[in-house]
Amino acid sequence: MKADDTLDAYGLLCPMPIVKTALKVKEMRVGQVLEILASDAAIRDDMPAWCKATGNELLGIEEKDGEYRVYIRKLK
Amino acid sequence: MAEKCTIVVFSGEVDKAFAAFTLATTAASMGMETEMFFTFWGLNILRRKRWLSGKNLLQKLMSLLNRGGADRLPLSRYNMLGLGPALMKIMMRRSKVPDIPEMLKLAKQLGIKILACNTTFAFMGFKEEDFIEGIDKFVGAAYFLGESKEAKVSYFI
Repeated sequence: MKADDTLDAYGLLCPMPIVKTALKVKEMRVGQVLEILASDAAIRDDMPAWCKATGNELLGIEEKDGEYRVYIRKLK
Repeated sequence: MAEKCTIVVFSGEVDKAFAAFTLATTAASMGMETEMFFTFWGLNILRRKRWLSGKNLLQKLMSLLNRGGADRLPLSRYNMLGLGPALMKIMMRRSKVPDIPEMLKLAKQLGIKILACNTTFAFMGFKEEDFIEGIDKFVGAAYFLGESKEAKVSYFI
């Protein structure tokens, strides 16, 4: 998936991937796509919850050997 | 209007402070207007490191026992004269978990309101200069309850 920006949250535990995502998305423009690299399995449930709470779109979560690539689109 | 989250931080131990800051920073990241009210032992998280504070003798004696400073809080279990917190600090740093001073900075960056209990402040004989920068207000219970009444999520830690 093509992203406008990437956030490296690899090696970080809750709450940091979500906090860093929120800070990053604040700098982005509406419609842009952010790719988040993470190793914390909690992101599977945390990111959908974050998107639901903030009104942003979850485009997908890919997992490969304990590495997560999460794609979200800024809607607000 | 944004949803509100209010958190009472009554405890002054590093593990409980960590739980409070985890919830607060996440709530703020989820777009909630977040306020933390530090009271009783929780005030130690906002105190500067000083070896003595207080105005009268009893307050000064208490300040020798009840030390402040976000980077030298005890653990609620297995404190063992500081051995527990020292081990925990190493373990948390290895996992890139932020410590409490970093959490405080993050809280400010996310726009979390930092409230401190005026009653504890007064009977412990603290002065403004005993505290770190960035405290929004010293307030009473009525103010905090007024805020919490509008909150969707409230915690006491």
